[in-house]
Amino acid sequence: MTRVMGLVLLALVPGALAMVWYFGWGVLVNLAIATVTAVVAEASVLRLRARPVRATLIDLSAVVTAWLLALALPPLLPWWQTVFGTAFAIIIAKQLFGGIGFNPFNPAMAGYVLLLVSFPVTMTRWLPPEVISGDAITLADSLHIIFSGSPPRGQGWDAITSATPLDQMRTELVQNRMISEIRQSPLWGDFGGLGWEWIGNWFLLGGLFLIWQRVISWRIPVSMLGALLLIAGLFWVMDPETHPFPAFHLFSGGAIVGAFFIATDPVSASTTLRGQLVYGALIGVLVFIIRTWGGYPDAVAFSVLLLNMAAPTIDYYTQPRVFGQRGDRDA
Amino acid sequence: MAEQRTLWSFHGGLHLDDHKAESNQRPVQRLPLPDRLTLPLHQHIGQNAEPVVRVGDLVKKGQVVARASDYVSASIHAPTSGRVVEIGDQAIPHPSGLSDTCIVIEPDGQEDWAELPEPISDFRAETPADLRDRIRWAGIVGLGGAAFPTAVKVNTGGGRAIETLIINAAECEPYITCDDVIMRERAHDIIDGIAIIRHIIGAHECLIGIEDNKPEAAEALRQAIADKAASETEVAVVPTLYPSGGEKQLIRLLTGREVPSHGLPADIGVLCQNVATTAAVADAVLRGLPLIDRVVTVTGKGVRQPGNFRVALGTPIDFVVAQSGGYSGEAHELLLGGPMMGFALHDDQAPVTKATNCLLAASLQEAPAPEPERPCIRCGECARVCPAELLPQQMFWHARAHDFDRVQEYHLFDCIECGCCAYVCPAQIPLVHYYRYAKTEIWTQERERRKSDLARRRHDARQERLERIERERKARLRKKKEALDKKSGSNADASKKAAIEAAMKRVAEKKAAQKAETQTSGGE
Repeated sequence: MTRVMGLVLLALVPGALAMVWYFGWGVLVNLAIATVTAVVAEASVLRLRARPVRATLIDLSAVVTAWLLALALPPLLPWWQTVFGTAFAIIIAKQLFGGIGFNPFNPAMAGYVLLLVSFPVTMTRWLPPEVISGDAITLADSLHIIFSGSPPRGQGWDAITSATPLDQMRTELVQNRMISEIRQSPLWGDFGGLGWEWIGNWFLLGGLFLIWQRVISWRIPVSMLGALLLIAGLFWVMDPETHPFPAFHLFSGGAIVGAFFIATDPVSASTTLRGQLVYGALIGVLVFIIRTWGGYPDAVAFSVLLLNMAAPTIDYYTQPRVFGQRGDRDA
Repeated sequence: MAEQRTLWSFHGGLHLDDHKAESNQRPVQRLPLPDRLTLPLHQHIGQNAEPVVRVGDLVKKGQVVARASDYVSASIHAPTSGRVVEIGDQAIPHPSGLSDTCIVIEPDGQEDWAELPEPISDFRAETPADLRDRIRWAGIVGLGGAAFPTAVKVNTGGGRAIETLIINAAECEPYITCDDVIMRERAHDIIDGIAIIRHIIGAHECLIGIEDNKPEAAEALRQAIADKAASETEVAVVPTLYPSGGEKQLIRLLTGREVPSHGLPADIGVLCQNVATTAAVADAVLRGLPLIDRVVTVTGKGVRQPGNFRVALGTPIDFVVAQSGGYSGEAHELLLGGPMMGFALHDDQAPVTKATNCLLAASLQEAPAPEPERPCIRCGECARVCPAELLPQQMFWHARAHDFDRVQEYHLFDCIECGCCAYVCPAQIPLVHYYRYAKTEIWTQERERRKSDLARRRHDARQERLERIERERKARLRKKKEALDKKSGSNADASKKAAIEAAMKRVAEKKAAQKAETQTSGGE
């Protein structure tokens, strides 16, 4: 178990470093706060439940939850919100249901959604990638902003924050601007948001590493991204000016990280082989639907949670045909 | 010349290190006899054999000492001449570590043979029934480890026609090599046995399924087929994959057909036999020999000289290990069987039985101590490797919750207990133990239900009977009463009637008299 979780953490490192490169020290601070909170929270609950603390913590699943949540959070989120979200993820979404193996919902996503819904302002306060803004926020400043909750001296929040590409895409489309116009903005790279597309690449590398190491199966990532591409492609072909190029969806927001690291959480996902294909595909479709017509700019967390609810039903209807049932199967 | 035969595949399975080279490099050695031979009465699937000797009897080699007690049962013979010294509870090789009734024989060293039945040189002139009787007399059971009575297995009852006889030469479990060496040394006997069995069951063809890690054995069989011009018999080499030697999996590999879930291979026209069993059939029919010994693989880093040995049934296991070179000092656990489906023996004085195919003295590295069980994370690795295409994670979940109805919904009884799932589980869950637990609980529940059904039926019948007796008693009484009433009632009527008539007569006479008086008095 420790080996499995350890490999997941290893696979997250390239993408995490890319996020630090583009979004600054805040990412690392968040990772640290989340990790400490997760370990302390899990240890406390285990003690309350009279379970072996060290033997359970050593499987590193709490750390994985912490990292997945921290990487989804904006880099300058106030520290207590990070703590709140991580504690909720570990204590309520995981341990209250029985600990690892018993949680019906992905704990990191449950924590993320809690924060997004409770603190919409701070949770949408993203920084522009450093290549655009030009001046990086130092480590000392990052710590100051995170722990005090106030913007850097002399600057308001608006001076340093900026919408994510997904966010900008939504707002501009609602204002009936054309894709070709929207893409003129400096936020855009080759096919996704500038910086974001490279982060996606590094997480993709990590994800492929996990498939190669047999830690995750190819089924959920392929079906999720495949379905997302398919439905995005369909709408783009129908109207290229109101729907972005399909690869944009792939490389924006949490699509790649969601496909390889979040939707593949085995405990909350579908467990039958065919069911995993259905599960992944429905997540991909939902991501597109919510992003295009729903109320939030990114949709991976909501899609995953909704499909977590559907997973038992999917499992029930996708049971494999057992050897010897239903007569012969002559080749 | 070997043809390229179409092969199918089965889902899942594991590529394991086969560890065959440790023990298959030397020919089979015959071991001397020990001081005591302990023969359990239950060395096969089915009912215990019943002893036909008493303590103190002298027995000869090959003499029947226990007879098959029922249809699904097998006889037991004395492996050598000697004296019966005890019939009672002795240690037996079983995972429970319990003991069972055994016949203990002390060899006299003379090796006097009993009178054996005539060798049948032209078996084709015999009826299948007679040949089956010979197999039954010989006490032959499946020597691949399952020990099902062979005479029962080859009795296809004339109902289902068998087209294909499949000889299971796969020996897919790591470490075990007894079949491999038997094939190399006794290929001609195996081909003879195949011909006999084919005659009994009426099969047109025979396929010998063998894994590709046994090229010498395959070549030996091909040579024997050519020597005997057995054109309907063919060697089919399958890829080495555990558990390709599972009966259902081998049938699928060679024929593409699946044995139905609650059925038998005979339902799809196939019958399987192990190679060693086949050689034993040839011995019984062609030479009149009963089953009194078998080849056992002794292997693992825990023994000094691994190899294969021909051992008299009833030989204590510690004697076998000692004769083969003894423990090496690294022995951590003694397994009977292989690393996947074997079980640990705690008493190595238990005897070798018909089902003992391998003694694996494993070092700590070969049989590491099991790690603590962690929660199932539903990763699905178990389903990926299950050759029966089940959902082991779901069966585990419900078995753990003691929800036996739900476990059966996931086809628990299709599990062949091969151990592939437990091998790959990242949480180190001993999955097969949970399934065995669930199966035995379900069997116990069914036995209890049958008993209580029977009790209820008997109770209902008794109530019925009592009520019926009561009704009959009442009916008898009623009849009696009616009869009495009727008799006394008719007498009363008659006398009443007479009285009324007499009275009416008197009244009439009186009237007539009065009338006459008035007439005479009024006539002047």
